[in-house]
Amino acid sequence: MQENNISTGNFEQCQKCSLCETVCPVMANNPDYGGPKRSGPDGQRYRLKNGIFYDDSLKYCLNCKRCEVACPSGVRIADLIQQARIEFSQKPPRLRDIMLASTDQMGPVASAVAPLVNFSLGLSPVKGLLDLTIGLDHRRTLPKYSSETFVHWFNKKAAARQDEFKKHISYFHGCYANYNYPQLAKDFVAVMNAFGYGVHLIEGERCCGVAKIANGMIPAATRDAKANMNAFSKSLVKGRDIITVSTTCTMTLLEEYPELLKVDNSSIKEHISLVEPFLYKAIASGQIKPVWKEGWKARAAYHCPCHQERLGLGIFTTELLKMIPGLELTELESNCCGIAGTYGFKKENFRVSQLIGKKLFDDIAAAAPEFVACECETCKWQIEMSTGVPVKNPVSILAEALDLEKTSELNCA
Amino acid sequence: MPSKNEFDVIIIGGGITGAGTARDCAMRGLRVLLIERHDIATGATGRNHGLLHSGARYAVKDSESAEECIRENKILRSIASNCIEDTGGLFITLPEDEEAGFGLDYQQKFIDACQRAGIEARAISPSDAREMEPSVNPSLIGAVVVPDGSVDPFRLCAANVTDAAMHGAKVLVYTEFIDFIREGDTIQGVQVLDTRTGVKAEYRAPVTVNAAGIWGHGVAEKAGVHIGMYPAKGALLVFGHRVNNVVINRCRKSADGDILVPGDSVTVIGTTSTKVPFEECDHMEVTPDEVRLLLREGCALCPSLASTRILRAYAGVRPLVADDSDPTGRSISRGIVCLDHETRDGVKGFISITGGKLMTYRLMAELATDAVCRKLGVNQACSTAETPLPGSVDGRIETVSKRFEGKVTLGQKGAAGRQGDLVGKLRFDSDADKQLVCECENVTLAEIKYAVAELGVRSLGDLRRRTRVGMGTCQGTLCIRKAAKALAQALGDPSLEAKLAADYLDERWKGMRAVGWGDTLREMEFMQRVYKFEKPYSYDEI
Repeated sequence: MQENNISTGNFEQCQKCSLCETVCPVMANNPDYGGPKRSGPDGQRYRLKNGIFYDDSLKYCLNCKRCEVACPSGVRIADLIQQARIEFSQKPPRLRDIMLASTDQMGPVASAVAPLVNFSLGLSPVKGLLDLTIGLDHRRTLPKYSSETFVHWFNKKAAARQDEFKKHISYFHGCYANYNYPQLAKDFVAVMNAFGYGVHLIEGERCCGVAKIANGMIPAATRDAKANMNAFSKSLVKGRDIITVSTTCTMTLLEEYPELLKVDNSSIKEHISLVEPFLYKAIASGQIKPVWKEGWKARAAYHCPCHQERLGLGIFTTELLKMIPGLELTELESNCCGIAGTYGFKKENFRVSQLIGKKLFDDIAAAAPEFVACECETCKWQIEMSTGVPVKNPVSILAEALDLEKTSELNCA
Repeated sequence: MPSKNEFDVIIIGGGITGAGTARDCAMRGLRVLLIERHDIATGATGRNHGLLHSGARYAVKDSESAEECIRENKILRSIASNCIEDTGGLFITLPEDEEAGFGLDYQQKFIDACQRAGIEARAISPSDAREMEPSVNPSLIGAVVVPDGSVDPFRLCAANVTDAAMHGAKVLVYTEFIDFIREGDTIQGVQVLDTRTGVKAEYRAPVTVNAAGIWGHGVAEKAGVHIGMYPAKGALLVFGHRVNNVVINRCRKSADGDILVPGDSVTVIGTTSTKVPFEECDHMEVTPDEVRLLLREGCALCPSLASTRILRAYAGVRPLVADDSDPTGRSISRGIVCLDHETRDGVKGFISITGGKLMTYRLMAELATDAVCRKLGVNQACSTAETPLPGSVDGRIETVSKRFEGKVTLGQKGAAGRQGDLVGKLRFDSDADKQLVCECENVTLAEIKYAVAELGVRSLGDLRRRTRVGMGTCQGTLCIRKAAKALAQALGDPSLEAKLAADYLDERWKGMRAVGWGDTLREMEFMQRVYKFEKPYSYDEI
């Protein structure tokens, strides 16, 4: 009698079963937040009637998207909330939010004077000042900047030999690996090269824009998205798939561009992959073969980032890590770490952020691993700060556990 | 000293006409009794589009109705601001209308007729129409903007009853009219039955007004008077959310399913028109054919309805009246019918007010009250057109919601929208009071307590009509036990809880069954699972 039910973010599919509320980490820790059902599909009905029904508490949503994973009806609850914030929030982003969100603007400046920045951001008077003036919580350990960006290193040290490989991929490094932690990107290049892939930068790569979306800077995020789409299409002409390392960047490119920024990504969707599924599939199908270091041993606990869970890709990471003979892996129960990108840096969210993460921190302490394996950079900051246990990206674990030379001999012949 | 069972006027029927008449009579200083066998607004009053007609729909065929509508439209905007929403309306012309002889020539004729009736109507381009209402059928070839709006009939009826009571009227709901007390050719009062307790009572007044809608036919018969009434069923569908924010009509001869009204949190399409026997008036079911027809016509106005969830279907009965001037009884009067049965039938002390529409209820009430006053020899002018209804003195949600201290919650905004400036009566004393009971419609425990204490609520259906509790997507599945508990406690009998909830869900189920497919079917299955009841659904037929 009727065609399928179609509505923005599928909000009409909501049956009010309230499953989303049972998994929302914020709702359990912040009574001011109405929860995903009320903020998402329920709120949407009333916002369609009158914008006065926009509720300011939607800012407490940390966009972990656990509600969307739980929803048996396919409602894009977190998207509805982000969308409503974009459409109705009257408050312009604060200076702090702009600074946190503009990872690509702050990066080059901070990297240029990295020792000074890292030194001052570690000082408690500076942190106190930042807390008082712009509302960056003083208890938060701030990410360090690298004095040499990954791109600078790559062009100087690695770019020249990439054309020698038979297979090629494009690498979307993102802001974090470029400005804060180039070692991750270097590990990525080492692993990919060992498996016989030439790594190429994407000319014109911009920040994925996720932090700008979260902080209400939609025009700037949309500009980034469009520039990236343009850069990707040039890269695809060369027949290279785009490989990413950051979970959240990947989710943004795949999901948030069309849903929130209304930037069409259908032409590249099939050609973007996170590194873990890419490598797992290639190894499982026999296209590439790893050679592991003899005697390498480690004990790790895997934390699946919320967005990895939303993408449904955590399983590839664990299966990939389980291939490492010397790795003893504990899979932690799926729980949000609480930082959610820039969310946990904000003074008003710090307490809730740490409350949300508590279960995960306790589980990590109980598992007592040498390190935590996790794909996400902001989870890394949060877990390291809150538990003292180091966090390693699976790519870096591979770089350690692989016998890179022998792997290279086997795969590059 | 008159006994407590004696009044100046007894009004039978708690629909909008009876409520409006009770208010008018009470404001003119009469001692009023209003009786209603169910709750207020349970008949045709609560079972229509909720369209605040501009009158444009009648302009070409019936200029008198059109003029009445636009006059009342303007009056309601000023006295019932809390009950109406100024959405504006569009009359669109589609390519198929042109083929059927209702093209742009007709559009011009329509605009001219509107202007003659005093209705502001101006043609806009199809692209402007698409901009004004993005959901409109994009293939339209013409559009006219008119001052249509939406009106919440429950709220309007409740406000009239409340005001009548504030002016001293006695209001008895769940009180059924049994028979008249008659002395020769004079009606002297009524015998009634309290349907809750089974207790009978008698009330006396020199004048009785029959404002019982389609059921007025039977009331008149009891007085030995015949009003040639025709029950005309009208079916409507409620969509799960607002699809349009502007009323959309077809610019052609009135037909089935050609009005789409955004009302509160939903959109309503209607209606059909089928003559039904009197026996069916109490048990309206919407048929698959009606659903199909409404969907088809609705999609012509707004194609996205084809893929929008339908919450439920319902039907009402228009009280159509045969024109007294036509001896065959075939010709139907669409206008207001106010009958003084003394001059018409030789029965003294009895007036019937019927016909008309929700839009013209105030005028109907004025005419009926004028007739009452003439009989009583009271010389008091009507002031209902100038006096705002309770809740509507300054009833706009934007103003009312500013009255709360601190951060205004969703529940408070919701209550502001529904209760208007009476929202100050809600007590948010504890955290529990602020809690939402109905999350779909933002109804707090405080609003429920207020409705139970002040608005004459006896069942969850009554509560729904005052607060929208359980009217949203889940149709009560998630909230009704909470509401039932609060109501049972307020009624002083906690054991009523399960019965109250079951009655409510039965009624919701009936409306969902007619559209039981897709997400609505899933919702029904969810409801069934939560409450473990067994009901057949009829989606196979559809």
